[in-house]
Amino acid sequence: MPSKTAAEGILRGPEHDPTAALSIHDLTVAYDRRPVLWDVDLDVPPGCLAAIVGPNGAGKSTLIKACLDLLPRVSGDVRMFGSPWRQVRSRVAYVPQRETVDWDFPVSVLDVVAMGTYGRLGWLRWVGKTQKQAAMSALERVGLTEYAHRQISQLSGGQQQRVFLARALVQDADLYLMDEPFASVDAATEQAIIEVLRTLRGDGATVVVVHHDLQTVAEYFEHIILLNMRVVASGPMDSTLTAEHLRATYGGRLTLLEQAATALGRLSQPK
Amino acid sequence: MTFDYDGWIILIGVLVAACCAVPGSWLVVRGMGMMGDAISHAVLPGIALGFLISGTRSGGWMFLGAAVSGVLAAVLTQLVHRWGRVERGAAMGLVFTSFFSLGLLLIVQTADTVDLDANCVLYGAIELAPLDTIDLLGIEVPRVVVPLAIVLLANVLLTLVFYKELLASSFDSALATSQGFAARWIHYGLMVLTAATCVACFEAVGSIITVALLVAPPATALLLTRRMKWVLVWAIGLGGAAAGLGHIAAITVPGWILGGGLDTSSAGMMAVITFVLFLVAAFAAPGRGVLARRWATRRDAMRIAIEDALGLLFRLEERSMDTDREVVEHLLRSDVRIGPRRLAAVRARLRRGALARVDGTCWQLTDAGRSEASSLVRAHRLWETYLAGRSTIPTSHLHAAAERLEHVTDRELVEELEAEVGPQREDPHGRPIPESDLWN
Repeated sequence: MPSKTAAEGILRGPEHDPTAALSIHDLTVAYDRRPVLWDVDLDVPPGCLAAIVGPNGAGKSTLIKACLDLLPRVSGDVRMFGSPWRQVRSRVAYVPQRETVDWDFPVSVLDVVAMGTYGRLGWLRWVGKTQKQAAMSALERVGLTEYAHRQISQLSGGQQQRVFLARALVQDADLYLMDEPFASVDAATEQAIIEVLRTLRGDGATVVVVHHDLQTVAEYFEHIILLNMRVVASGPMDSTLTAEHLRATYGGRLTLLEQAATALGRLSQPK
Repeated sequence: MTFDYDGWIILIGVLVAACCAVPGSWLVVRGMGMMGDAISHAVLPGIALGFLISGTRSGGWMFLGAAVSGVLAAVLTQLVHRWGRVERGAAMGLVFTSFFSLGLLLIVQTADTVDLDANCVLYGAIELAPLDTIDLLGIEVPRVVVPLAIVLLANVLLTLVFYKELLASSFDSALATSQGFAARWIHYGLMVLTAATCVACFEAVGSIITVALLVAPPATALLLTRRMKWVLVWAIGLGGAAAGLGHIAAITVPGWILGGGLDTSSAGMMAVITFVLFLVAAFAAPGRGVLARRWATRRDAMRIAIEDALGLLFRLEERSMDTDREVVEHLLRSDVRIGPRRLAAVRARLRRGALARVDGTCWQLTDAGRSEASSLVRAHRLWETYLAGRSTIPTSHLHAAAERLEHVTDRELVEELEAEVGPQREDPHGRPIPESDLWN
């Protein structure tokens, strides 16, 4: 129905590219009424490596979680490849922060990676040979084949991070949303991970990464989103990563906004 | 007492334990063991209401009531935690105690008119269960066996069918949700399962022992295996074993202590046995038990002591110094800090392994011992050279670092060190690095 699409286009504003891999319009997220993300508006073009950077508490993880409906939104619209997340779920893979799970859980490395296939399997079907083979080849891509049958608590931090990456690879997605995949990994692991991300991009996938290291951001990524409760700037690396934007993201300019957010949090609205 | 009677009690106990082990395992690996406690108490008002409505103890009403109040308590705990800004454990304590009290009030209030006893709910009446029988396909079976068997079947089937969903949502709820398996609904499903299990078990063993059977066998299983499916299998097996042993202990142990003819609560003894099994596993489990870990620590300490002794003998020999027994053992005590008892063991092991022996009054390395010592010293000096080139550790401090590293350096690591260090013949202190052909 072209008329309906056109109408949606008008409502969502003309600046949004319908071909974008990830398109966020007017997204606001709050914890207990205290807003942590304000009117986030951005597009990530397909087939690129994109970084979300910003200071602690800027709402980077929140942004990713809100895109996947893991957190309730106050308002806003998120599209992936032009559709709501629920319709393209199997094309999207999520890598949570490593600390969010219990690494003492009684599963093997292979079990965890095979979890990546669950989404495609759907309800009521068991993991079979095909899924295990897919998991093994993903482990091979991150260089952990020999660890397949270890219990996950026996891995180092960097290896755990690579297990999460392998689990995302198994999902064979078009859009990857990764929360701090480089957090506390050694240099060799970081290189291995970035190589995998580049291969994904080479295959046409889009990867959006929460990144904390400004030293490497320009080298690793070609698209950047500077975030501090709101989007300070979003666009191609060369034109977007400017001293002025960095100041606006990391500097003290937003204290007024934070004060307002705290005030909003305290506000007792009759509901 | 007939065999039939005791046999039925054991069978009922095994059914109860197996029933509890399934949801209990999931609760424990989710770090929600106390939720089992909470739910098992929170179902009481539901049971009472179901009983009031139907007037019988066997109806589906009681299950329905229990499931509803169990889930209600789970939801309410979540809400109290979020809205009341109370920590989750406290929220649980708040909700389940009030549900339980409400249930007690309902039962006591109606005790005159109906046959539901608060003591029975609290402590169960497994000894009476075999006396209350029904006719099932021509066989006379205790009435409680029927709901227990149904719940066990449901638990096992549901776990088999939803294994993947339960596993993913227990390990990483965000991932499960992002794949379309709403972790919240799986959580509430598990609460329903736990609630139904509790109702089926209450009549036999009461609410308190149900909690023991929900938590203790899975916790024990986790000490014995690190794969979820085996946790489930072990938990069922351990629970069943505890039930059987529990009843046997209940009818025999008081007799040993107090003289013949006495017995004690079978359900109580079953719970005690689950705890005993846990203690045994915590102490003796291979790999994760206290004994195994202490043994591993001692074995490592012993190996390091032997390696240190070999290293010392090698260095003394290298400097053409006296290897008089008194001197060597004094050095081992003071420098390497090997205690007198371990020293005796080290001496024996060196002799038995034909690595070194006492010749007259002097220690002598054998060829095998020298070869081993030389590879250790080689690793040590390679580390010193490596560290000297790549860190800011002062030369005088290199020894201590290398001393620790040499014990964990396998052949592969040595080869990497060789590649990194290059054709170096001396360590930073000017001592020769032993040749690698001594490996062979």
